[in-house]
Amino acid sequence: MNSITALFYVFSAVLLFAAFRVITARSTVHSALFLVLAFFSASCLWMLLRAEFLAIVLVLVYVGAVMVLFLFVVMMLDINADEFRRGFWKHLPLAGLVGALIALQMALVLMRGFELEAPPVTARELEMGNTKLLGIELYTHYLYPLQLAAVLLLVAIVAAIALTLRERKSSKHIGASEQVRAKKADRVRLVKMQPTVEAPPAPPPGKPAVAPPGAPPGAPPSTKDAGAA
Amino acid sequence: MGTITLGHYLSLGGILFAMSVIGIFMNRRNLIVLLMAIELMLLAVNLNFIAFSHYLPLEADRMAGQVFVFFILTVAAAESAIGLAILVVLFRSRASINVEELDELKG
Repeated sequence: MNSITALFYVFSAVLLFAAFRVITARSTVHSALFLVLAFFSASCLWMLLRAEFLAIVLVLVYVGAVMVLFLFVVMMLDINADEFRRGFWKHLPLAGLVGALIALQMALVLMRGFELEAPPVTARELEMGNTKLLGIELYTHYLYPLQLAAVLLLVAIVAAIALTLRERKSSKHIGASEQVRAKKADRVRLVKMQPTVEAPPAPPPGKPAVAPPGAPPGAPPSTKDAGAA
Repeated sequence: MGTITLGHYLSLGGILFAMSVIGIFMNRRNLIVLLMAIELMLLAVNLNFIAFSHYLPLEADRMAGQVFVFFILTVAAAESAIGLAILVVLFRSRASINVEELDELKG
């Protein structure tokens, strides 16, 4: 039993244990942390398979980004975990049946063959290394799918931000499109007024002026109206 | 306990996949754990791809499996980001992420 065999069994055992704890942990935070452990041991297994670049990508992308996102969401939401545990073991018979069925089918297929030994390392692999080989493959044969993947990530960014963006009622931001669309007529109203108002001729003496009710006595009514307008 | 063959890795992937299916059945209420089980399934599939790419006898085809894993990782990252965004929006509007309460479309 060489060292690679021993390492395979150790990492597989850790991976399966972590996966088991992910689906049975009582608290969601524990599930997320065990999922991190599962990704780490899977990354070690990929290292054994000489896929170094993807192993590092798995750690960087999954442990560094996706699992942090999971933990943020778990801590942001106020979840009552006990409510989810109600009837947890009720589904065990059905789940065990389906799981055993899947494992049985896999075993039926896998028992037949796949006793493949690892091929020897070629000179090209030794010279260039996994990362360079993968890069050559990606940027020559798979350039168009690579660009599509980039567009897909952009769409995901826009969708995730657009879904969770929430405008506050109290925010004092200004709407640029509304500002551009505003016309002069919306903001300014020009009122035509005469610059000067001629005073009415004084009433002839002896005849009392007709003052409107509420107006102070003695004030000429016509001058007051002009001033109000 | 001899050398590790392709069958060992494929069995590991199969067990991992079956375990996450069991997890989806048993955590039917908690949407976050459902998403985590889906991530585990994708991990099992990726493990199979990389094992095949390592054990292929022909050297010219060997990198194709790793290219597949690259794209699957991209799509899975986008999927989990959007899934979590939908989860946050759901929690804001319903104050709950219980799957059994999400039955408005049932009619």
